[in-house]
Amino acid sequence: MLVRARQSATGNNMQVNSGNFRTTAADALLDEDLRAAMGRAEGGFVDTRKRAVDELANFQEYREFARNTKNHVLAHLDYYLTQFESNVMASGGKVHWASNGEGVKRIVLDICKRPGINKIAKGKSMVSEEFALNAGLEAAGFEVVETDLGEYIIQLAEETPSHVIAPAVHKTKQAVTDLFEEHHREYGYPRVVERLDIVNQARQVLRDHFCTADVGITGGNFLIADTGSIALITNEGNGDLTANLPDIHIVVTSIEKVIPNMQALGGFLRLLGRSATGQIMSVYTTLFNGPRRIEDLDGPREFHVVLVDNGRSGILGSKFQDILRCIKCGACMNHCPVYTSIGGHAYGWVYPGPMGSVLTPLMVGQKNAPDLPYACTLNGRCKTVCPVMIPLPELLREHRNSLVEMRQTGSLQKWGIRVWSHVARKPSLYNMLAGLYVLKLNMFARLVSAFRRGSFKHIPLLGAWTSTRDFPVPQTTTFQSQWKKRRGHD
Amino acid sequence: MNDAGAPRKTEQVALLVTCLSDLFRPQIAHAAVELIEKLGYRVDVPKQTCCGQPAYNAGEKESARVLAANMLSLFETYRYVVAPSGSCAAIIKEHYPGLFGEGSSEREQCMRLAEKTHELSGFLVDVAGVELEKKSSCDDPPLRIAYHDSCSGLRELGIRSQPRKLLKDRLGIDLSEMSNSEVCCGFGGMFCVGYPEISTRMVDNKIDGMENVGAEVLLGGDLGCLMNIAGRLRRVGSKTRVYHYAEFLTDAGPGPAIGYRK
Repeated sequence: MLVRARQSATGNNMQVNSGNFRTTAADALLDEDLRAAMGRAEGGFVDTRKRAVDELANFQEYREFARNTKNHVLAHLDYYLTQFESNVMASGGKVHWASNGEGVKRIVLDICKRPGINKIAKGKSMVSEEFALNAGLEAAGFEVVETDLGEYIIQLAEETPSHVIAPAVHKTKQAVTDLFEEHHREYGYPRVVERLDIVNQARQVLRDHFCTADVGITGGNFLIADTGSIALITNEGNGDLTANLPDIHIVVTSIEKVIPNMQALGGFLRLLGRSATGQIMSVYTTLFNGPRRIEDLDGPREFHVVLVDNGRSGILGSKFQDILRCIKCGACMNHCPVYTSIGGHAYGWVYPGPMGSVLTPLMVGQKNAPDLPYACTLNGRCKTVCPVMIPLPELLREHRNSLVEMRQTGSLQKWGIRVWSHVARKPSLYNMLAGLYVLKLNMFARLVSAFRRGSFKHIPLLGAWTSTRDFPVPQTTTFQSQWKKRRGHD
Repeated sequence: MNDAGAPRKTEQVALLVTCLSDLFRPQIAHAAVELIEKLGYRVDVPKQTCCGQPAYNAGEKESARVLAANMLSLFETYRYVVAPSGSCAAIIKEHYPGLFGEGSSEREQCMRLAEKTHELSGFLVDVAGVELEKKSSCDDPPLRIAYHDSCSGLRELGIRSQPRKLLKDRLGIDLSEMSNSEVCCGFGGMFCVGYPEISTRMVDNKIDGMENVGAEVLLGGDLGCLMNIAGRLRRVGSKTRVYHYAEFLTDAGPGPAIGYRK
């Protein structure tokens, strides 16, 4: 058996480990393989994106177009979803509405539970990760095969994606070589070490699965309301084989992905490839419209679209609504110095990086991911590359505001900030204490012989700084007191 | 040093000292005063505290609002407010207005304050149009100087070319540009003590960038970042020295680097 359960399907959503962020992030920093893999990926993504974006003179106009289009659709989501639904039905497809992960599993199992259906080929779908769809299908006795190379690799490794478009970005080539050797030996395949050989071997193994799969499940990048089409963007073509070879094609996608028309799609396509991988266009852009027609030579006999809410309608109309514009390109994480330091798994749920730190608390509960909004320096690089102009730092700050209101912040930080703010309300008190503080610190420097050196190696209560960094010894007086003296002399 | 435009001696500039400079590096504020006064402005330093940035970024909106209100009245009468820090200036310019309700008088005050508040190099170059004179006694051979673009100044205020122009005019040399000059150094205010391990990895990446260009000196415009970078450099035994760019523009030139006594 190639396939094993990847994630225990306890409850509705995939297991949440975001509450352990501090531990998982610290562990990730010690992982040398991860560091090597991420270092290589970061450089590649950043440079290629920049080249592709610079090439399109009016990239900024497209960003504004995309933002405005998404905002318009979100304001009229009911209209566009209903329009999309009736157009899917008009082309012979079926539309199913699922309010949560349990609903999706029920719908998919209802479709699949019939004689002769055993194997399900699956294209890449982050939405299906939200509720561990694979595990649910496997528990019901189906064989599920991921067909995107990255997804296939992590399925073999029994892991979860660590990036929205490059799910196995955390894996080194060496790790994939070992993994393939372990799992492909039974088919008589040799150990392969070169990149091209690895890809070819995966292609051969997967080809058999495509031909023998009974159902194909894919995601959908954009849902086009006025034609009822699903736009699927991939680089490997696996999505097309997954959708077209089996008799049944099920699209599992989420409600915020609907856009008005083909013209809008053109705009989004110009942004997506460039932002994601630095490609002018991804290799395969496919539009699916219903099942095979009488005159068609191939294609699925059944076409199902499962429209998933899973908490999104609750975000609609809230101060976090902007995050629903996300087209899952991954640019924010590629440009995030925190993400590239710790990798995606440390974030503890499906979506990592800046967009994940905004979305995860909304989907799993702010109390279950209290670190994510704070594990960010608010450096704003993500916001400058986001193709749909999501104000990610502002949304993270909104989360912090909520956590403070819910009294969910660490006490040390809370009291530190509050005492500071109280003192800072009173200029005379502030100046007096500031003067006292630098004087004492300066005296302490002489005591611990940091004075000659000019910096402290350790300061009580400031261990989080001084454990890895020196701290400068201040002068004996503050600038404001020096200034007062100077003015007295003028 | 001379002012390209007509001297505006009557115009008063209030210096927003910034807490970190007030407490840990008065040299930066002194340098800022010297640079602004040379242009003919009168500089005043009203008795001040904190702009509220730590509270604002921690989600303590109420505290931030109170501190912002303090600042509004403090700087009401001045023609300009100048800060030797991109992040403090950006809080005032970009974030203060959002703290108060639409249509409120405080919001109006915030808009006026935002309009007249500038980061130091932005003020010197964009507002005052200064052309600094090349310093006669420059280092020979010239130091290899790298520049760290602090995030708030860079992305919220567009501070990038201004400090480079000032340094080029004054020192007559080109900077040794790091490939990661625009990547966060890992300071991030409370972030650096909240998540010290991640912060340290980020500052180590920054230091890799400095080493790649063989930087002997690192300059930047935000003391928080500079203390973070300088502290890490010192801890790992690097000889690279760190200063605020303003310290390199004064007549006397820089004194001891951050974290050094001499």
